[in-house]
Amino acid sequence: MVVNVLLPFVGLLAAALLWAAGAGWLTSVTPIAASFAPLPTLEALWLLLQGHDLWEHVAISLQRVGVGLVIALVLGIPLGVLTGLSPLFSRSTTPLFQFARMISPLSWMPLAVMVLGVGDAPVYFLLAFAAVWPILLNTAAGVAQLDKNWLLLARSLSATRRETIVHVILPGITAQILTGVRLAIGIIWIVLVPAEMLGVSAGLGYFILDSRDRLAYSDLMAAILVIGFLGYLLDHAARSLHWRWLHA
Amino acid sequence: MNAPLVPVAALVEPADPAARQTVLAARDVGFAHAGVGTIFEKVSLSIRRREIVALLGSSGCGKSTLLRVLAGLEAPATGDVRFLDQPQTRPHPRSALVFQQPSLLPWLNLAGNVGFGLDFAHQPASDQESRRQRVTAAIEAVGLKGREGAFPAQLSGGMAQRAALARALAREPELLFADEPFSALDAITRAEMQTLLVDLVHRWHTAALLVTHDIDEAILVADRIVLMGGRPGHLVQEWTVDIPHPREDFPSEVTALRLSILGALRHA
Repeated sequence: MVVNVLLPFVGLLAAALLWAAGAGWLTSVTPIAASFAPLPTLEALWLLLQGHDLWEHVAISLQRVGVGLVIALVLGIPLGVLTGLSPLFSRSTTPLFQFARMISPLSWMPLAVMVLGVGDAPVYFLLAFAAVWPILLNTAAGVAQLDKNWLLLARSLSATRRETIVHVILPGITAQILTGVRLAIGIIWIVLVPAEMLGVSAGLGYFILDSRDRLAYSDLMAAILVIGFLGYLLDHAARSLHWRWLHA
Repeated sequence: MNAPLVPVAALVEPADPAARQTVLAARDVGFAHAGVGTIFEKVSLSIRRREIVALLGSSGCGKSTLLRVLAGLEAPATGDVRFLDQPQTRPHPRSALVFQQPSLLPWLNLAGNVGFGLDFAHQPASDQESRRQRVTAAIEAVGLKGREGAFPAQLSGGMAQRAALARALAREPELLFADEPFSALDAITRAEMQTLLVDLVHRWHTAALLVTHDIDEAILVADRIVLMGGRPGHLVQEWTVDIPHPREDFPSEVTALRLSILGALRHA
C-alpha cells in the first residue's frame, strides 16, 4: 500500500538528485550556474508565487491555450465528422491532412507573424494549427467506429440529419473527441512556450526569455517547474474528463 | 340531447384474424444489391393487426434485408409496400425496430433510451407529459420498473434486450419489426423473452414481424409462419399456427408443425 503511494515519487526524487548533482558540477565550471541548483530555484519559485507577475504570465498562457483549443475544436470536430461520414471528402482530404499534420507548427511562425501581425493572433494560429489534427483524426475515427445499429435506429425514427448528428453521432464520439482533446492539450502546451517567444510581451514563454535576459536563472528554472506542473495538471484534467464521460 | 350510440361491436376487433385491418401490405417486392445481384424477388406478404408473423429462413437467405425493406429502411427495387393503406416511403412513425443487439445508447440511462427519438421532428407531435407516461408504461411492461436511472453498462444482456423492447413499445407501434431479437441471449433468458413478446403483443394490441432462424422460436411465438428460401430468396410456404398459448403445453401439435416445417425445408 505505502509502497504504491510512494512509487511515483521515486522518479521525481531521482530527478531532483540528478538535478542537484548536475548543477553542482556545472557550478564548478561556471560559478554563475549556482542559481540553476534546486535550492535557489525553489527560493525563486517561492518569491514568484507570492508576487504578481508570474500569475499574470500563467493566466495569459492558459487563456491562449483555451482560445487555441476552442479554435481547434470548432474546426476539427466538423471536419472530423465530415471525414468520417463522407468517403468522398475523406479520400480527397486525407493526403492533405497527413501532409499538413507533419509540418511542425513552429515552422509557420515567421509567416504567421507576417500575416497576422505581432500579438496574440499568431500564437492562437500556431496553437490551433498544432491542436486541430489530433482532434480531427480522433473525431473521424470515432465516427467510423460508431455502432451501425445506432444509425439504423436513428433512421428508423426518420431522424433528420441534424437530429442524427446531435443525438447520435456527437454523443457517440465524445469519448474519442476527449481523447483528441487530451492529445491536443499535450501538443498545445509544448508548442505554447516557443510560440510565446516571438512578438508577445507576456506569457510563460516570454517569461523564460525575459528571465534569461535579466540573468535571473533561478527564475528561469522556476518557470520550467511551473510549466511542467501546469502541463501535468492540464493532462490530468483532460484525463479525468475522459474517465468521467466513460463512467457516467 | 342524446349522444349517438356507438355500437359496441364496432369498437371490438373481430376475433377472426383474417377480418382484421391490414397494417402492412407488401406486393411483389424485390431487392437487389449492386454487385451482389437480386437478394429476393416477388415477395408478397401482409400483416394484420395484433398478429405475430415469423419470417423463418436460414442465415443469408435475405430475410434481414426483406425486413429492412418492409420497415422502410431500404426502398424496394420492384413492387411496393403499404403501411396502414398508405404508400411507405420512409419508416412509418407507428412502426418500431428491435435488433439482435440491444443497441442502447450508452450515454443515456434506461428512461432516456426508452424515450429516445419520441420528440424527433418526424414523430407524431406529443407533449412532454404524455411522452413521460409512455416511457413509464413501456418500462413497466417489460418488467424493468425501478431501474429507470440505470445506464446500459449496468444492465445484463436480458435486461438490455428488455430495454430495447421497451424503446420500441414506447412508440406505441402498430407494427414491431424484430430482427433475430433473442438469438444473442442464453436459452433461459430467450424463453422468458419469447413469452414476454407474445404477452406484450397481445396486451399492447400491436402486430409483429419476427425474423428468425430458430424453428422452435417461430412455433412458440407466431400466429403465422412464413418460410423464406431459395436464391434469389422468395417465400416458400406458409403455416397458420392456431395452437393456444402457452404452446409448451401442446407437445404433439408443436411436433407435428415442426416436422411439417422441416419437411418443407428439405424440399426448399
